[in-house]
Amino acid sequence: MHSLITEGGAMTAGAASGISSLAWLLVALPLLGAAVLLLGGRRTDTFGPGLATGLSWASFAVGVLVLVQLLGMAAEDRGMHLTLWNWVPAGSFKLDLGLLVDPLSVSFVLLITFVGSLIHVYSLGYMEHDPDKRRFFAYLNLFVAAMLLLVLSDSYLLLFVGWEGVGLASYLLIGFWNWNPAYATAANKAFFVNRVGDLGLSIAIMTMFVTFGGVDYATVNAGVANANPATLTAIGLLLLVGACGKSAQFPLQSWLGDAMAGPTPVSALIHAATMVTAGVYLVVRSHVIYDATPDARLAVALVGAVTLLFGAVVGCAKDDIKKALAASTMSQIGYMMLAAGLGPVGYAFAIFHLLTHGFFKAGMFLGAGSVMHGMNDQVNMRRFGGLSGVMKITWGTFALGWLAILGVPPFSGFWSKDKIIEAAFVGEGWQPWVLGGAALVGAGITAFYMSRLFFMTFHGPRRWTEDVHPHESPRIMTVPMIVLAAGSAFLGLALGPTGAIQSWLAPVVGEHGEESPVIAVPVLMVLTLLFVAGGIFLAWRGYWQAEVPEVAPRGSVLTRAARVDLYQDAVNEGLFMRPGVHATRALVFADARGVDGAVGGLAAAVGGLSSRLRRLQTGYARSYALTMLTGVVAVLGALWVIQ
Amino acid sequence: MPAVFQAVTVDYVAVAPMLIVVAGALVGVLVEAFAPRARRHGIEVVLTLAVLLAALVVLAVWSRDHLAVTVGGALSVDGVALFLQGTLLVLSILSVLVMAERFGGVGSDAFTPMGASTPGSGQEDAATRAGYATSEVFPLTLFAVFGMMIFVSANDLITMFVGLEVLSLPLYVMTGLSRRRRLLSQEAALKYFLLGAFSSAFFLFGSALLYGFAGSSDLKAIAQAISSSAGGLDGLLLPGVVLTLIGLLFKIGAVPFHSWTPDAYQGAPTPVTGFMAACTKLAAFGAILRLAYVGVAGNRWDWQIGVVAIAILTMVVGAVLSVTQTDVKRLLAYSSIAHAGFILVGVLAFSKAAIGGVMFYLLAYGATTIAAFAIVTMVRQDGSEASHLSQWAGLGRRHPVVAGSFAFLLLAFAGIPLTSGFTAKFATFAPAVASGTAGIVMVVVGVLASAVTAFVYVRLIVLMYFTEPVDGVVALPASIGSKLAIGVGLAVTLLAGVAPTYALQLAGNASQFLL
Repeated sequence: MHSLITEGGAMTAGAASGISSLAWLLVALPLLGAAVLLLGGRRTDTFGPGLATGLSWASFAVGVLVLVQLLGMAAEDRGMHLTLWNWVPAGSFKLDLGLLVDPLSVSFVLLITFVGSLIHVYSLGYMEHDPDKRRFFAYLNLFVAAMLLLVLSDSYLLLFVGWEGVGLASYLLIGFWNWNPAYATAANKAFFVNRVGDLGLSIAIMTMFVTFGGVDYATVNAGVANANPATLTAIGLLLLVGACGKSAQFPLQSWLGDAMAGPTPVSALIHAATMVTAGVYLVVRSHVIYDATPDARLAVALVGAVTLLFGAVVGCAKDDIKKALAASTMSQIGYMMLAAGLGPVGYAFAIFHLLTHGFFKAGMFLGAGSVMHGMNDQVNMRRFGGLSGVMKITWGTFALGWLAILGVPPFSGFWSKDKIIEAAFVGEGWQPWVLGGAALVGAGITAFYMSRLFFMTFHGPRRWTEDVHPHESPRIMTVPMIVLAAGSAFLGLALGPTGAIQSWLAPVVGEHGEESPVIAVPVLMVLTLLFVAGGIFLAWRGYWQAEVPEVAPRGSVLTRAARVDLYQDAVNEGLFMRPGVHATRALVFADARGVDGAVGGLAAAVGGLSSRLRRLQTGYARSYALTMLTGVVAVLGALWVIQ
Repeated sequence: MPAVFQAVTVDYVAVAPMLIVVAGALVGVLVEAFAPRARRHGIEVVLTLAVLLAALVVLAVWSRDHLAVTVGGALSVDGVALFLQGTLLVLSILSVLVMAERFGGVGSDAFTPMGASTPGSGQEDAATRAGYATSEVFPLTLFAVFGMMIFVSANDLITMFVGLEVLSLPLYVMTGLSRRRRLLSQEAALKYFLLGAFSSAFFLFGSALLYGFAGSSDLKAIAQAISSSAGGLDGLLLPGVVLTLIGLLFKIGAVPFHSWTPDAYQGAPTPVTGFMAACTKLAAFGAILRLAYVGVAGNRWDWQIGVVAIAILTMVVGAVLSVTQTDVKRLLAYSSIAHAGFILVGVLAFSKAAIGGVMFYLLAYGATTIAAFAIVTMVRQDGSEASHLSQWAGLGRRHPVVAGSFAFLLLAFAGIPLTSGFTAKFATFAPAVASGTAGIVMVVVGVLASAVTAFVYVRLIVLMYFTEPVDGVVALPASIGSKLAIGVGLAVTLLAGVAPTYALQLAGNASQFLL
């Protein structure tokens, strides 16, 4: 059984039974919330936010029940299929839409609904005085529904619907305060960059349809064995393009920093914990394809490695607390991508890190929101400092998140990230050294920039502007932070050393034997901790002990490059935007002259024909009768001639 | 040898729906004669709806288990006949709901207060002031429905002709009863009558030739004669088939026998137009299916190419002429011509799947059409119907629900996915593609024609939503009956587009002729 699971790559899902046959409620409840709030208009202003929060929790409750049911079943039966809808069954073309409830999707469901619901609660406090609170909660619910659809879908097609849905919610929420042109631009930027990724994904789906004759996971997974390797590689790379767009991976990473324009709870939920990890989900869900095409899988790992370093370097130079966290998110997702690109050895750890990251990063974003709440929405860390005294809960919860992301034992990140570093050192030839080295160095840089962020904000002398009076945030905001901090502290401990996460995901992604890294595991662990300690030390010396200037110094070449995101916007502008503008002009010209001419000409021709034919409609019964008679004679005559 | 008279056996359960309808029509005539004028309209509406509903229930509950060739072989109550009769009854109920619309006294109904008065005369004014109403339309509708029900189950050319006349004569009268632009309405009725008589003559002549060929007017006997023909009378066969078919093609408005369609559709009271477009078309296609599949399929290689040409011509002319129309009703008339072409494509595929597809199309198109014409009756300027396209400008801003519904129906006409228009086209075109080269050519033309008509519909949508509203054009609030009819039409249009499986299966299971 065990080998069969690994070999086939994915188990066959039975029909849903019990509470899982109600899995559609997971998507339907938040969708209902979004519909009520958006269609109900101002009438729902009073109870809308509460309703949205309640529905999100209800969805979480359904998720827990599904989890309980799955835990009560044998491991190999933990996959259930739920048919929602059949569209025109015409010949060989079928379009059945359904949901797939299995350990992978349920893991995501719990993360999304739990963290999502906490963030709903937090937002009740954070957005309390916003006049458009209702619209905000409607979008949040819409996001949760779309994200759940994305992870629960049983086919790439429905996944794509959810994929676009979360993109839409993300766009609407980044530009939520769209009276600020910069924020609206940020929303557009996210939208455009995501189009590139979405195009890749949609081409991948079309290719699958042509190659396998279907786009549901079962059909695709079954067809992989007989498919042409080149086609598989193409599909794998196209899926990777999609994943890069959604997960802000190199080279489609430029939108994430600007996306911080959205309200902070949005950054926590969408741009840290859930949506941006959809790319990792896509790769892991498509593991059957990637297992069959090492080239595409290597590309995934390389993209992950490049991004984790890229994000880490950018994170070192940012003075905007949210942008520094965004760079960190990018880097951490790089770790997950790297793990997913390592194959069976890494899938479970990619998801594991994704879950722990969901907690500690969301917690830290909420902490950043809490800081901003107390500091008149300032984000410049050079004007923070010494906040640990006045915001004790925020400081405490943030500290736990900080320790978790650093990978300090026994906090969550240690269990998930160190496993990825270990896995990256597994292999032969140059790969373990390059990928593992990147992961190891990345851990050191992470320690530096996260400590820098932490110290600049909470420690050292107070560099506040004169008009701020920092204070702790209300209970409704701190409670979610405390819950998430608890997760940052203990989730890894609960799932990691017990091997729970691996055995839980094994039915979906397969198991793998123990393989030893090219460096012995204890050595590797010590090495990692040394890198981390080094990072902390450098940050402590530079940003706690030393004076932090209130205006950023000019800095080295690398610092200046990192401040502008390693020139990614300049590169995009030079490589794509300017040629794009020229191409657009040329196309507009060609369109106006050529296509419009042809279309207009055709339309004019039809119109002209129409006017002429219309004259036959004289209004005289006698001429109508003559037309009929002519028709009869013509048909009969022609048939006689043919006969 | 003296002929022995044999009493024909009648399976009364099988023909009960038809009997109920004709009995209801006769009662309706009595109501006209004896009920007080003030209450006539109400009584007629309730009676008509009850009769149609009763017939539908009897059909769905009892008749469906009594498939039979009955009344001496004149009627064949088989799957196809029952499906079409059932659809016919549903569509007639919707039509009657729209015909009964009086806008709660705010607006006027669609019918002239007194059909016999001279347009513009003092007599007409007096009738209007007295609040007369032409409640005769309801029994007339029942008679027409009765004729249509015979038409789709007629297994014999003579019966078919009787059905044709029974359905046509009430329609000629109803066409002339419009309250608005009465001269135009009467002219349309006269034209429809003259050309209808002309086409009936073709049908009769063709029937006579077929009788001469086969020695019987029974479709099954004709089919046998064709398959066992020794060749002596073959000269009668082809003209017989062609002329009979042309008599039927006239009713669906196939080009070049379509000329009456725009005039009659424009002139007729709008609810009657909806009724004609949905029900007459359905009945005529039922008869064409039966004639072509049961009667003369044996020599179809001789005549099919001619009908293929007619189908192509119908699609092209219908689509192209719809481009320059300025009147909503005429536009929908040309649209119905184009749709007739699309359905013909399915008919000519000659397969069981094609029968199911055609029946599904008729159901979907009928529901959409009745709802569309119902909405046309609601849109008014200064109390009378605003049928000129320019009057529809900006309707979406003032009446978003009405305009949105109409836009959705237009998208269905255009065959946009997730509406019934798409699934119906798919269901008829797919068997055509499978049937061979001629089918593929027709489908290509059909798709191109669809593109042309899509332009027309989208232009109308643009007009409703992106231009400045015209002063004084309002959509009157409809009564519950019209709302029901429009709601059902919209629901069918949506459901048949999103989840067509049930209706497709129903049509597919019914697509078997009884020989």
